[in-house]
Amino acid sequence: MHLRDVISFGIRASFGYPARTLLMLLAMAISVGSVVILSSLGEGARQYVLGQFSSLGTNLIIILPGRSETVGGPPPLLGVTPRDLTLEDALALTRSSAIRHVAPIVVGAAPVSAGVRERETSVLGSTPALFPIRQLEMARGRFLPEGDPSRAAAVCVLGYEIKTELFGTSPAVGETVRIGDRRFRVIGVLADKGESVGMDMGDIVIVPVAAAQALFNTSSLFRIMVEASGRDAIERAKTTIAAIIRERHDGEDDITIITQDAILATFDKIFVALTLTVAGIAAISLAVAGILIMNVMLIAVSQRRSEVGLLKAIGAPGGRIMALFLAESAILSLIGAAQGLILAAAGTWLIGRIFPDFPLSMPLWALAAAVGVALTTGLVFGVLPARRAARLDPVQSLSRR
Amino acid sequence: MISLTRICREFTVGDERVAALRDVDLEIGSGEYVAVMGPSGSGKSTLLNMIGLLDRPDSGSYLLEGEDMTSLSGSQQAALRRHKIGFVFQFFHLVPRMSAAENVELPMILAGIDSGERRRRVGETLEAFGIGNRARHRPDQLSGGQRQRVAIARAVIMQPRVLLADEPTGNLDRVSGGEVIDILEDLNRSGITLIMVTHDPELGKRAGRRIRMVDGRIESDS
Repeated sequence: MHLRDVISFGIRASFGYPARTLLMLLAMAISVGSVVILSSLGEGARQYVLGQFSSLGTNLIIILPGRSETVGGPPPLLGVTPRDLTLEDALALTRSSAIRHVAPIVVGAAPVSAGVRERETSVLGSTPALFPIRQLEMARGRFLPEGDPSRAAAVCVLGYEIKTELFGTSPAVGETVRIGDRRFRVIGVLADKGESVGMDMGDIVIVPVAAAQALFNTSSLFRIMVEASGRDAIERAKTTIAAIIRERHDGEDDITIITQDAILATFDKIFVALTLTVAGIAAISLAVAGILIMNVMLIAVSQRRSEVGLLKAIGAPGGRIMALFLAESAILSLIGAAQGLILAAAGTWLIGRIFPDFPLSMPLWALAAAVGVALTTGLVFGVLPARRAARLDPVQSLSRR
Repeated sequence: MISLTRICREFTVGDERVAALRDVDLEIGSGEYVAVMGPSGSGKSTLLNMIGLLDRPDSGSYLLEGEDMTSLSGSQQAALRRHKIGFVFQFFHLVPRMSAAENVELPMILAGIDSGERRRRVGETLEAFGIGNRARHRPDQLSGGQRQRVAIARAVIMQPRVLLADEPTGNLDRVSGGEVIDILEDLNRSGITLIMVTHDPELGKRAGRRIRMVDGRIESDS
């Protein structure tokens, strides 16, 4: 018997009993569809979070004052009181060849006013190096000017949101704003890049680091952001930073160095696990569909007893009959899987319409896995009915009408 | 060509063991026309199934064209059913979802014959049996006589040596039954060995040889 004939026999048999076929297709389509949609959601969530962290900048290293470690003795409240990070520490880091940019950061909240409008907002003190590190874009004007970082120039760059709130649609560049009790000239406005993890770059005012230190009356830094000169330079940069700071802090390792890669890898792991869990739950529905297929095929076998008896009488061996029934459940599973993929495409489109910000991506592996699992399910759960058909006694099957 | 020696077959019905065939000896030559008659439960159908390799004897030997059938495996027997034996049933046993042509084509599909050849032979055979214009109809759109003719076409499409008919007219009216018998007898005249189980003494008289069975034994053979 030719393979083509086996397949066309299976297709004909499927269309011969439309109600049964529809039920099986429906079960298969729903379960395959849910597997694909749920793993798309998980994958989408993963990419969303990864994207958010990547928008912090690339090859990023963050230096925090203080050291989180497990030491013996009574637990310190917030770690052993660390030596502060200073502007000089930050400037010392630029010596290393593994480091491309260093941006010292001071953060505080202060009232910002222009004319009669006033807003309480975050004020971030930094250097021009922040611009490439955070991958910022300007809508108007320019970023902080190059020059001695210890000079407190009275200029500022406004986030997009705060600019709109203070100035509306009229131009802000060249105007003066009051931050705390000091006056700053607006030299630029950031482009609207939306929110990114850790800090809303829309609702912020950026001033030179020395100006921020003066504003908040501090000589220490909140943290230092460092961009390594390449992905492979990250490790080298970490050791260099540790060495330089240790030297400057009398041989104490009193800083914490976090790399973006470490954060990304952790989140990546979490979301892969999440996606697999969700897909696993959906796979249970595939198993349910498989049992339905088995049930329906068993009914099909007893409905078609006389057909099976006849096939035996005209010379089909048991193995051939088994192959015919298996082919039938495989064909139904594949058609069901194809419909499930269409269902999934429609579902993700719909979700995309409802939540346009959420990056929904149907991962290729999910498509392949769904179809593969559907086919396997059809075959595994088709074996029992097919064996029952193959073992029917022809004389008894033919004795009834 | 068919040689049965001391064939026994028992069935278990409930707690009882019922002997369907008791020590049956039977020789049937090539091209014979045999009618098997007898009351219900006398073992006629069991004998036919035995000859058609649908059932195995508990003891005894069965030679088909000099070959021992009882020692063959299931798939070897299936191959013989495919090529040497044709069945015609009282209830036709056409596959309801297939057209007449597709039903006739079925044995050739199982035998792996190419589709061009299949189409040619189906066309010729349906034409020869006077149902060429019904080829696209499904069984429920055919009359009883037409259905049985489709079933006979299916039985002989592989050009078997033996044609086994179990009450082929049992479900037909007189006229279409007669037409069916004419077709079977034509086939017999062209060389096929025809073995027919029947209740109808009229039909029995037309056969070249009549076997009467009672209680699993051959009572008379003439």
